[in-house]
Amino acid sequence: MARFPFSAIVGQDEMKQALLIAAVDPRIGGVMVFGDRGTGKSTAARALAALLPPIPAIQGCAYNCSKEDQARYPDVCGDGPVRKQSVPFVDLPLGATEDRVLGALDIERALRSGEKAFEPGLLAKAHRGFLYIDEINLLEDHLVDLLLDVAASGENVVEREGLSVRHPARFVLIGSGNPEEGELRPQLLDRFGLSVEVTTPMEVDTRVEIMRRCAAQERDSANFAKSWADEEDAILKRIARGKARLEKLEPGEDLLMDAAMLCLAVGADGLRGELTLMRAARAFAALEGARSVKREHLVAVAPSALRHRLRRDVLDETGSTARITRALDELFE
Amino acid sequence: MNAAQPVEPPEPDDPVHDAVLAATLWLGNPVHFGGMLLRGASPARDALLEALVAASEAAGLPVRRLPAHIDDERLLGGIDLAASLAAGKPITTRGLIEEARGGLLVASMAERLDERIAGKLAQALDEEQAGLILLDDGAGEDERAPVSLAERCAFHCDLAASRARKVAALEAPPDARAVLSLDDDALKAIAATAGALGIRSIRALLFAGEAALAHAALAGREGAVRIDLEAAARLVLAPRATQMPPPPEDEQSESEQPPEPPAPDSSDPSSDSDTKNTDGKLEDRMVEAATAAIPADLLAQLAAGNAPRRAQGGGTGRRRKGGRRGKPLNARPGIPRGGTRLALIDTLRAAVPWQKVRAFNAGDEATGPERPEPSAPLRVRKDDLRVRRFEEKAMRVTIFAVDASGSAAAARLAEAKGAIEMLLAQAYVYRSEVALVAFRRESAEVLLPPTRSLTRARRALADLPGGGGTPLAIGLDTALGVARQVLAKGHTPSLVVLTDGRANIGADGQPGRKQAGEDAQAAASRVAREGIDALVIDISARPGPEGAALAEAMRARYLALPRGDAQALHRAVAPNARQKVQT
Repeated sequence: MARFPFSAIVGQDEMKQALLIAAVDPRIGGVMVFGDRGTGKSTAARALAALLPPIPAIQGCAYNCSKEDQARYPDVCGDGPVRKQSVPFVDLPLGATEDRVLGALDIERALRSGEKAFEPGLLAKAHRGFLYIDEINLLEDHLVDLLLDVAASGENVVEREGLSVRHPARFVLIGSGNPEEGELRPQLLDRFGLSVEVTTPMEVDTRVEIMRRCAAQERDSANFAKSWADEEDAILKRIARGKARLEKLEPGEDLLMDAAMLCLAVGADGLRGELTLMRAARAFAALEGARSVKREHLVAVAPSALRHRLRRDVLDETGSTARITRALDELFE
Repeated sequence: MNAAQPVEPPEPDDPVHDAVLAATLWLGNPVHFGGMLLRGASPARDALLEALVAASEAAGLPVRRLPAHIDDERLLGGIDLAASLAAGKPITTRGLIEEARGGLLVASMAERLDERIAGKLAQALDEEQAGLILLDDGAGEDERAPVSLAERCAFHCDLAASRARKVAALEAPPDARAVLSLDDDALKAIAATAGALGIRSIRALLFAGEAALAHAALAGREGAVRIDLEAAARLVLAPRATQMPPPPEDEQSESEQPPEPPAPDSSDPSSDSDTKNTDGKLEDRMVEAATAAIPADLLAQLAAGNAPRRAQGGGTGRRRKGGRRGKPLNARPGIPRGGTRLALIDTLRAAVPWQKVRAFNAGDEATGPERPEPSAPLRVRKDDLRVRRFEEKAMRVTIFAVDASGSAAAARLAEAKGAIEMLLAQAYVYRSEVALVAFRRESAEVLLPPTRSLTRARRALADLPGGGGTPLAIGLDTALGVARQVLAKGHTPSLVVLTDGRANIGADGQPGRKQAGEDAQAAASRVAREGIDALVIDISARPGPEGAALAEAMRARYLALPRGDAQALHRAVAPNARQKVQT
């Protein structure tokens, strides 16, 4: 099935921005997407994975390891030649077991040759790519814990069934869910780097445009892809430029102050908010091709970076986004 | 539609006509349309299913039945452990989804379909691996096929009311790709119709567009015209409606079902000349067609203003009901005894890697280091035995019974609301659930069945009005009912009653302070007999003896709420809630 071009997705600008930031700086720590069904959440994530240029990886390595990984984990990657392969996109099914996610004893090899071998799980598959979890709020808690742990450390450590394996697992975690169907625990939510809220567009014109593009893609995906090739190319260039620029950008002292003030003003718990805010602002500035990280970048990413970290104030009915916007207005305008 | 030729011709408005039409369209591209949701057990449904299966088999497409409690191995394929052990070499099996690739998967009793199975099926549908028929036998609003799957099925048909007994053979329609794509007017009309019916999902719009094209292809038209769009509205959009469309301007338009679309062989020329925008706006006609096709019970609900919650699909509801029996931990070595159970697979897993070595050792003594016979028994030693472990964590459900009567509301209702929300926020941390019962005037109402969703709880609380009498007995009995349901699910209820204790409406709904007081005492002792952990919070301005007496009868703890804000109430209750969760 041909993937829908990323640039052809109508609207949903905040989600696209968050995904691009995660593509520029995967250490941002994952994106949580809240929203209704059928709003193009998974389409966007898949499209981004398909858009990114192929990565050089060791051939035959079950973990899509790069040259550097091979040096760090010599026993897991083998020593095959480096080949280009597309950025992995793993769709974690809701009912996935811990075995399937982490990896487990390879029964096949155990049966065939009596060997105690490790069968890599979905985390291995997602290394250097994207791990997408639809309805993450319905996922078993212990699995979410585990995923976030691995996502944060970039390494999967399996100590079970007499196996002892460490392998790299750096991926961008993209979770989606509908808060009406049960929420994620605040502790887990806090560990996502960015969060975005998507809503179904209800304007007739937008909806017509979506249908038109989907129909066009359905009919002739090759031609449709071709007509969007320029835009796709532009996004690719932006990401590549952003990645190159990222290391050179260092937020100034005044911006750190801004970030701290903002976090205090909205009552974001913990330090993770500030760190993510800075990191996201930097990635966004890099994405925009700016020479330095400015306040406008901070303001642009603030809702995504802080929305899910606000302490719930039950006497204040205002939504999180509104509270951040209000604080931004008061502080910086 | 005369593709259906039952022995006794069904009534023209029998739902089977539309179902047959939908099935025909679906057969044109089963994988692309995702699936068909057939609701209601009836002979018509069985006949339609038979026809669908026959038609797919005739077309050479695989058809597989999917039992509701299928396991992962069978669904996705993998190593057949039993066969592998018997054969001494790995034997893989193909999963059901793989077997049905490009064809049909028939899921019977879809309303009981496990959520994790649904997740995998949804993924398979997204990747267009197979088409899915969901047979939904659910009765009532609570029993529904998982929403994640229903959403991905283009056509929903309710055949419960159908009287038809037979369905003629179905034929796959011509390829819809020959039909021109929809023009802007048609797209706009679909979008507007979906908007009027309160359909948010973009997927529904896309399905509707495809259905209109397929319908046009069926009639041999080159482009989709009004009746094609009407058919799409009826088959795809109507069953997903969440609100009543606004009434049309002209009332005299007939409320009858729109004319049945002609079958390919009998398409009368008039329909071809029936161009768009001839009578009325296109979307009005579509809305009308869709409204006429909305099932009667849904229509009644929509009219009453309670739209079926989008979020409350079978999937999530059942999950809450199913409860969590604690998370299974890794099996650990041990001997199964004293209630612990053998973890068979883990035991086999532990034993399997050693088979060669053990066979070798055993062979050394007897017949020499030969390859063991394929039929050699599995050598399991005591060290291999694994037992199952579960982390017991019975879910705690805190039921708030809130006195929203005039006397209570005047003083402290807002504070009580605030405190409940705070407790609720805290409930996430401990993974407990919260339910809300409110009583005022002559009745009590379960505003919120046990849930963990803050969004829903906040809404229910915000909407809670105050005023009227204090039917304390009724309120307690309602809360007790919820508590019993919670108990039946294996969870542990605890009851927090926020009231001033001044009952003035009896159990029969009649006013009278004396009778009401006695009834309340009786209800309280029923709670006590049930052994439910309870707490009475007196929210009256000047705490009197009534609250304490109530707590006494309920064998509950009693807290006179200090005059203060929600924070103070929260402080009063929170340690209590926390301690409860940890027990």
